[in-house]
Amino acid sequence: MNTAAAPTLDDHDHGHHAGPSPGLMRWLVTTNHKDIGTLYLLFSLTMFFIGGAFALVIRAELFQPGLQIVNPHFFNQMTTLHALVMVFGAVMPAFVGLANWLLPMMIGAPDMALPRMNNWSFWIMPFAFTLLLSTLFTSGGGPAGGWTLYPPLVLQTGDAFPFVILAVHMLGVSSIMGAINVIATILNLRAPGMTLMKMPLFVWTWLITAFLLIAVMPVLAGAVTMLLTDKYFGTSFFNAGGGGDPVLFQHVFWFFGHPEVYIMILPAFGVISQIIPTFARKPLFGYASMVYATSSIAFLSFIVWAHHMFTVGMPLAGQLFFMYATMLIAVPTGVKVFNWVSTMWRGAMTFETPMLFAIAFVILFTIGGFSGLMLAIAPADFQYQDTYFVVAHFHYVLVPGSVFSLMAAAYYWLPKWTGHMYNEQMGKIHFWLSVVGVNILFFPQHFLGLAGMPRRIPDYALQFTEFNMISTVGAFLFGFSQLLFLYNVIQTIRGGVKATDQVWEGAHGLEWTLPSPPPYHTFTTAPVVK
Amino acid sequence: MAHAHAHTQDHNDHTTDHYYVPHQSYWPIIASIGLFTLMFGGATMLNGGGGTLLLVGLSLIVFMIFGWFRTVIHESQKGLYSDQMDRSFRWGMGWFIFSEVMFFAAFFGALFYTRQYAVPWLGGETAHGALTQSMLWPRYEAAWPTNGPADIGGFFAPMHAWGLPAINTLILLSSGVTITWAHWGLVEGKRAQFLKGLAATVALGALFLGLQALEYHEAYQELNLTLGSGIYGSTFFMLTGFHGLHVTIGAIILAVILLRGLAGHFTPERHFAFEAAAWYWHFVDVVWLGLFIFVYWM
Repeated sequence: MNTAAAPTLDDHDHGHHAGPSPGLMRWLVTTNHKDIGTLYLLFSLTMFFIGGAFALVIRAELFQPGLQIVNPHFFNQMTTLHALVMVFGAVMPAFVGLANWLLPMMIGAPDMALPRMNNWSFWIMPFAFTLLLSTLFTSGGGPAGGWTLYPPLVLQTGDAFPFVILAVHMLGVSSIMGAINVIATILNLRAPGMTLMKMPLFVWTWLITAFLLIAVMPVLAGAVTMLLTDKYFGTSFFNAGGGGDPVLFQHVFWFFGHPEVYIMILPAFGVISQIIPTFARKPLFGYASMVYATSSIAFLSFIVWAHHMFTVGMPLAGQLFFMYATMLIAVPTGVKVFNWVSTMWRGAMTFETPMLFAIAFVILFTIGGFSGLMLAIAPADFQYQDTYFVVAHFHYVLVPGSVFSLMAAAYYWLPKWTGHMYNEQMGKIHFWLSVVGVNILFFPQHFLGLAGMPRRIPDYALQFTEFNMISTVGAFLFGFSQLLFLYNVIQTIRGGVKATDQVWEGAHGLEWTLPSPPPYHTFTTAPVVK
Repeated sequence: MAHAHAHTQDHNDHTTDHYYVPHQSYWPIIASIGLFTLMFGGATMLNGGGGTLLLVGLSLIVFMIFGWFRTVIHESQKGLYSDQMDRSFRWGMGWFIFSEVMFFAAFFGALFYTRQYAVPWLGGETAHGALTQSMLWPRYEAAWPTNGPADIGGFFAPMHAWGLPAINTLILLSSGVTITWAHWGLVEGKRAQFLKGLAATVALGALFLGLQALEYHEAYQELNLTLGSGIYGSTFFMLTGFHGLHVTIGAIILAVILLRGLAGHFTPERHFAFEAAAWYWHFVDVVWLGLFIFVYWM
């Protein structure tokens, strides 16, 4: 019977300030939110470079028309795996890593609510990607039907097929457990006085994101299970001959898929809402409206899915409903953008690397939002569907959107995590190379799409050559610039100028009251928030 | 809302007032390796390989579940868990059940979509359906149940609602009553009532599964209704099959809770494991009502 009277976190074997286990086992058996956050972030960084390498294969092949470097089947494997790796391996785990590191420190909790399950959520991921990427080395190669896994095409996948489906199942299990942990932590472990409407916006956006994850990852699991049984067990879900419908898969998939894109952007909104006030030295403009806007976006994300499939032949009423519902999303998103701009208005701004990335996010994400609005118009979408315009659109929201917010977050919190300042000069160079590179890479793709170049093809008509060449140059510039980021991160972990507790002059919030780096266990006794 | 402050809660003989964070644990990494082995084995088997890896993975998972829960039960019995910890478990179980609801929603969605849209369109309803029909299957008449214009799986008869399924509905609804009766017994300190109610619930769950096995046997042997009977067979067996799997899991959980009840693990104040099992059982019950109405009856 242990009725511990002292504020101890541990069972009796370990004292109050128990440090990490020695050696490499630490990382396998850890239940510490900071350790697990680090694991997520490093895993994500690794996958970012693997997915990036796949992207460079794609862009290298598209540098000129004709087939130069890879065969079409391998090209299709690259487009499929690039997407799966970036979505499930790079962007999502990066935000979960941020959540692990930051949520407990931001709300004054001793750790995540369910620490052992936290470890399991992480360690499923490397195994799931081993399962997925091992297919590249099997006969027939990896999946090549696109990350959306549309039947009947995807059912032609060879031996890779069950590996892909079961890897997706594992990733779903990981995400759901991670999301449950986030919700339990936020709802149950807040320090006294940390009311919901006092929570930092990053915490708010993650609360809502976690809800989206729990709501839609099981739907994806259902969709891919139906694929599996259609291929191996004789069901007819997606077989019109048996009374099913291939379009059914698209409905179920995008019921997952559209909230999924918000899963990748809402935490980014949270990051940006932390960073801009710090460097504008003003409180966030319209805090409450930010919370309501985030909730509205999450709600709307459940009723817009069919805008991904305007051309499949839906009834007119369906097209109109999904068109208008989609356009409504521009309202809460506009609220957010205007709030960020208003936060900066007449602020005492400085432009350290996190702020540069944050400002670029606001501008470039908005461009992606506008092209999204164009795509939402059903009759116009009939022209844009499956062209490079779509590719340009979602890469603008995902790369200078989600990924830039991750870069901003890394530079912003790295001094807190490591106790060292990163190299500011190198950070700025990284920023400028990235922002120039990403626009050279993706902006010409708008023109290609409007001129009619289809996506997911290894070869194209001659008139598309120039813009493809420009795009490829941008891709290599952007891709190789990220090595600067990698170098800067490694150097910051190894040493550097000592960071203060507050790190940034304008930074506010519980995490900035802790030492840099914070001790292994923080807030073992909850702080009282005024 | 919940407060994390260590000294604001009343002391209770059975609990600590500090949030318990285990120092480290081997179970999650064993779980990850087990899951990987299971999935790798499953994929290998689907590609025509042997089932050894699958069994190894399954054994690892079973071992992990026993070990992990044993650890948690020991910690709980030692009184390491605070009321706040209890709330974390409650949020965790609640949201887990919500994720399960959404998994079933995908299959219910498939059922509604095919019945409301896909099948009528194949039969020529609406402008764009008419074209598909006249081009591909001009003689197909939309109706439910159906195995589609290609008559996949051959002629079959649908499962009637008012035979075994209706009996199974009564059984599951009764099990919802018995588990509530057991809960009352537990809360009021009537141990015999608690154990009897719980045992009855497990027995009703087993009876349900037995009758469902009988129903499946009848479907395959007498109705020629199989998983391969077009969209009707697909939705019928996937929905009822996944439900049956969940009944199996729920009954196993309840059986474990029964053993723990016999071992005296629960008090009238602290018995979240029982409640979690009961929540899960009610969830399974509600899904069945959806199945009975939309799969069997209407």
